[in-house]
Amino acid sequence: MSILVIAEHDNETLKPATLNAVGAAAQVGGDIHILVAGTGCKPAAEAAGQVAGVAKVLMADAPALDHQMAEVLAPLVVGLATGYSHVMAPATTNGKNLLPRVGALLDVQPISDISAVDSPDTFQRPIYAGNAIATVQSSDPIKVITVRATAFDAVEPTGSTAPIETVDAPEDPGLSRFVGQELSDSSRPELTSARVVVSGGRGMGSAEAFNILDGLADHLGAAIGASRAAVDAGYVPNDYQVGQTGKVVAPELYVAIGISGAIQHLAGMKDSKVIVAINKDEEAPIFQIADYGLVADLFKAVPELEAELKKAG
Amino acid sequence: MKVLVPVKRVIDYNVKVRVKTDGSGVDLTNVKMSMNPFDEIAVEEAIRLKEGGTASEVIVASIGVQQCQETIRTALAMGADRGIHVKSDEELQPLAVAKMLQAIVAQEGPSLVLLGKQAIDDDANQTGQMLAALLGWPQATFASKLAPADGALNVTREVDGGLQTVWVKLPAIVTVDLRLNEPRYASLPNIMKAKKKPIAASTPEDLGVSAAPRLKTLGVVEPPKRQGGVKVASVEELVDKLKNDARVI
Repeated sequence: MSILVIAEHDNETLKPATLNAVGAAAQVGGDIHILVAGTGCKPAAEAAGQVAGVAKVLMADAPALDHQMAEVLAPLVVGLATGYSHVMAPATTNGKNLLPRVGALLDVQPISDISAVDSPDTFQRPIYAGNAIATVQSSDPIKVITVRATAFDAVEPTGSTAPIETVDAPEDPGLSRFVGQELSDSSRPELTSARVVVSGGRGMGSAEAFNILDGLADHLGAAIGASRAAVDAGYVPNDYQVGQTGKVVAPELYVAIGISGAIQHLAGMKDSKVIVAINKDEEAPIFQIADYGLVADLFKAVPELEAELKKAG
Repeated sequence: MKVLVPVKRVIDYNVKVRVKTDGSGVDLTNVKMSMNPFDEIAVEEAIRLKEGGTASEVIVASIGVQQCQETIRTALAMGADRGIHVKSDEELQPLAVAKMLQAIVAQEGPSLVLLGKQAIDDDANQTGQMLAALLGWPQATFASKLAPADGALNVTREVDGGLQTVWVKLPAIVTVDLRLNEPRYASLPNIMKAKKKPIAASTPEDLGVSAAPRLKTLGVVEPPKRQGGVKVASVEELVDKLKNDARVI
């Protein structure tokens, strides 16, 4: 068996979810190769060559691969895929965008968002927003898989000295092009890989009020997340959303503030190690899954918590 | 231009799903079924494109059991023009669905196919991308804004880091995310009118597609239950527990 992992990267560095995808590949077993496709992506390819367990890096570096548009990248992956038993990518928005396109071109039914590897052809994946776990077996000759990053331990980013092989990039078919992007402030840790996440819900009441989470998040070195209700209300941008249709997180510590705990939110955070909930409604469903619940007015409790944490050091 | 909107009948999003005791799947008996919420957003967007003069006709297609016709009627009551029902009682997986939609596209010739980004039952998030691949069309997934632009679309996408805008040449596939629009409720007169709108009947065989599943479901179980913890009386107690019991700070 040999596995091709599609790296998630920004040309300079690998995104952490890549290391979890390699972790899942290691559980399948076999040679692990990693594809770094982009424009000026040599630094990312060099980083990929150091990732523990990686035997070879395939690098496709071309202007046509700028922003890794699926229309260009999918044929490249398809061309390489026939040499592999598995093609895997982290279940990020890029991975979810790309791999079904690859699957269809290979006439393979992909397996989305796996949370466990039972054997090289059998995997577990959450369905119904994580309210059920299905075990599925694939009969396709190549398994095309996206990996739920929080369900697999990351491999070490160093330890290998894998060779980098250059592969030809395909032509741009001219069907699509990147126009622009508005990325959120990245001074905080990335939501999906942060050790601590502080999330706010509708209870925050306004975009301005969300700022009271900043001090707490600064002190804890936390990423800031939000419930769908808070995003829909316009308090914070869409990429803050934790839940079934947003990001799935599983930090050491998740602090849910002013979040009632709708099923679709719980789907995105219930695998966190320790959950703290602060809500003034003692009947809020979030308390049923929280390890520590505090019934309190968040506008009083959050500054107090920040002060108390500072005192505790 | 014609717009095709495939819609899926799923367990209503308000229903708490129950796993069958024999582990064969999720219990669907006597459970309220509705249109997949993301597909509702796709239907709404298609109707708005028609109201704005960009689209000439909105065709809704659903693949599955007889009752999918109810889902199609819901879309017709919102304002879609006509429906196509591909009847199948088999388990349908996204690859087979994408192949059937490919056949429908060949018959109908739409310039745009709008789909929900994922269905809330299998959470696969695949069908739109697979249909785009089979047709050789561009894809703009997870759309939160659509702007028609001379034989093309500028689509704003919700991506991990924020928002990304891409240009896609028509014909194209767009899969829609939550914040694209707020779907309308059908008015009573429109519900009555929808009963007279045509729904064409078809089968996977008519479309020349094998619906045989590639993935075999070996079992479905409930996830491990998370035990609720304790209520703390004060912020001091909370910090003490986090520091000394949970040891996470």
